[in-house]
Amino acid sequence: MAETTVKYEKTKGLTDKPLSYCPGCTHGIVHKLVGEALVDLDILDKAIGVASVGCSVFSYEFFNCDAQQAPHGRACAEATGIKRVLPDNIVFTYQGDGDLASIGIAETIHAANRGENITVIFVNNAIYGMTGGQMAPTSLKGQKTTTSQDGRDTDWTGNPIKISEMLATIEGVAYIERVSVHDPKHYLKAKKAIKKAFQYQKEKKGFTLIEVVSTCPVNWGMKPVDAMKWLSKEMIPVFPLGVYKDKGDNHES
Amino acid sequence: MAKVLMKGNEAIALAAIKGGVDAFYGYPITPQNEVPEYLSKHLLANGKVFLQSESEVSAINMVYGAAGAGARVMTSSSSPGIALKQEGISYIAAAELPCLIVSVMRGGPGLGGIQPSQADYYQATRGGGNGDYSLIVYAPETIQEMVDTIKESFDIADYYRNPVMVLVDGLIGQMMESVDFDKPVKERFLPEKDWATTGTANHPGRRNVANSLEIDPVALEQKNIRLQEKYKLIKKNETRYEMVNFEEEPEYVIVAYGTMARICRSAIEMLAKDGINVGMIRPISILPFPDEAFDEIPKKAKGILCAELSMGQMLDDVLISNNGRHKVGFFGRSGGMVPDPEEIVDAIKNFSERVVK
Amino acid sequence: MPKGITYFDHEKCKGCGLCVEYCPQNILYQDKKTLNESGYNIVSVSEPDKCIGCAFCAMMCPDSVIKVEVIK
Repeated sequence: MAETTVKYEKTKGLTDKPLSYCPGCTHGIVHKLVGEALVDLDILDKAIGVASVGCSVFSYEFFNCDAQQAPHGRACAEATGIKRVLPDNIVFTYQGDGDLASIGIAETIHAANRGENITVIFVNNAIYGMTGGQMAPTSLKGQKTTTSQDGRDTDWTGNPIKISEMLATIEGVAYIERVSVHDPKHYLKAKKAIKKAFQYQKEKKGFTLIEVVSTCPVNWGMKPVDAMKWLSKEMIPVFPLGVYKDKGDNHES
Repeated sequence: MAKVLMKGNEAIALAAIKGGVDAFYGYPITPQNEVPEYLSKHLLANGKVFLQSESEVSAINMVYGAAGAGARVMTSSSSPGIALKQEGISYIAAAELPCLIVSVMRGGPGLGGIQPSQADYYQATRGGGNGDYSLIVYAPETIQEMVDTIKESFDIADYYRNPVMVLVDGLIGQMMESVDFDKPVKERFLPEKDWATTGTANHPGRRNVANSLEIDPVALEQKNIRLQEKYKLIKKNETRYEMVNFEEEPEYVIVAYGTMARICRSAIEMLAKDGINVGMIRPISILPFPDEAFDEIPKKAKGILCAELSMGQMLDDVLISNNGRHKVGFFGRSGGMVPDPEEIVDAIKNFSERVVK
Repeated sequence: MPKGITYFDHEKCKGCGLCVEYCPQNILYQDKKTLNESGYNIVSVSEPDKCIGCAFCAMMCPDSVIKVEVIK
């Protein structure tokens, strides 16, 4: 037998519990990236995750670290409460777009503005998944959802809200990048970004947020592979990928 | 430290410091602003956490986070602000985390007014949050009693892993009284917070999770049954009340708490001069409510007068506790109006006009 | 001679097909005849010898079902 080395296996940053997500949902991929970053930076045993409300409500069962489960939209407030009393721990939130960009936008903006030294993982799939596919603030123009059945009418409901662009204007923000996980190349970029966000937190640089453009195959009514293609073709033009803010090593933007 | 003359709201803040508070999260609202103002200076100067949040909603969730992380944590607010905190209070109670919530009541409903009121009895004891949860609510009458209660409330919250609310009205918050901050607190055995989310490095082999979600109905019912058992234990151990003027059989019994109880004390003295012997049940804990005190009301008593700075909220608990044994009357003022003792005297003298049931 | 070996935790597979899509060698397929306990079609390797050990399949698997080893 030839000698082998492990190239890829399930990260120790996740528990053995099977994920509760639908087949092909990118939540699972983003979970892996968070777990991998915590392991790679050797901070898993200092980490406290804050789960939000929505599909990722059970994420406290999946991240292999301490966790709290926040009311809808309040994850950044709860994370602030934790971080202020445990400044040397690593505190992160894991939130969807309904939770963060709608009901929790005040908590998010003010945590960013205080420069809370926390990391926010923001999973944007342009829809409310858990409740059955309603329109989100991030839903695209014309996107059909259960509460915009003829397609999102932006004159009536507004346009998709751009969290990374908005938060990048805030002084207390150390690092914001919008990434995607729709193919291996982007997976690797996303991995780097999430790791960098946690690294910044370790260095006490301030608020970090990684927006991950994601899929919801079931509520989009697509096969997982088609959802990845739709994400690439329709979502990324509205939510362009890239670094929106990076204070860098010298704390400069 | 000898007795000092201090304003109620500042006394809340100093009592919390004496009680070992690690962190305060809150949002400005009248009439409790001296609480965060005092704490902002004195907590930060001592390396503790004071943070003014963007809203009451955010403040209570910061409390949730810090409580889950094992800190002694508090917030304070007033009526509309407490309304906003109800969501978080339900989650904290469900996750069984300890914290202190100070509520300095003002007149309502809605934005209401800023003068003293007791119109948030329902809000404190019934709660606006969802589900079968229960707080421990103390409603002290003097600044001294409030200070002693606040100091002890952190221990009580830790002991039962349950949020404690101290409920006062704007009058107690704004007035000055002399107070001793160094009265000893009852000793309790407080176990280590081995459940706190402090990172698995502090508790290897075990993940700690602060959570209120239980999707399995069987498990959720079991959790509720367990919570009710805890609340029963709290009722048995932590119910507090004072019986005033029960040495000779009282002709009438007043039930009043907080500022209203102070006014009623004066009325009871005035009534005694007129030859009418009136006793008072003063609930100190309004949740759990001291229904056992009603067993001490003499059979011959002509009636029970529930007196509140509201349109009648504690009245529900009085009616339940009385359980049809005596006639129950009600006297209430509202909107920030505080009655003279003479009005209580009049209500007793014309009790028949006050009878509700 | 393959450069990589893939191992599948079939019981945790949800049959989403992302690994099949992103395999650059096109050597993965969904076995329409075999279901796991949860009722999903499991994924198998058609030509193991062609595996280059890139681990794209494992990276794109949301459920961490796939382990990849490379042969030295």
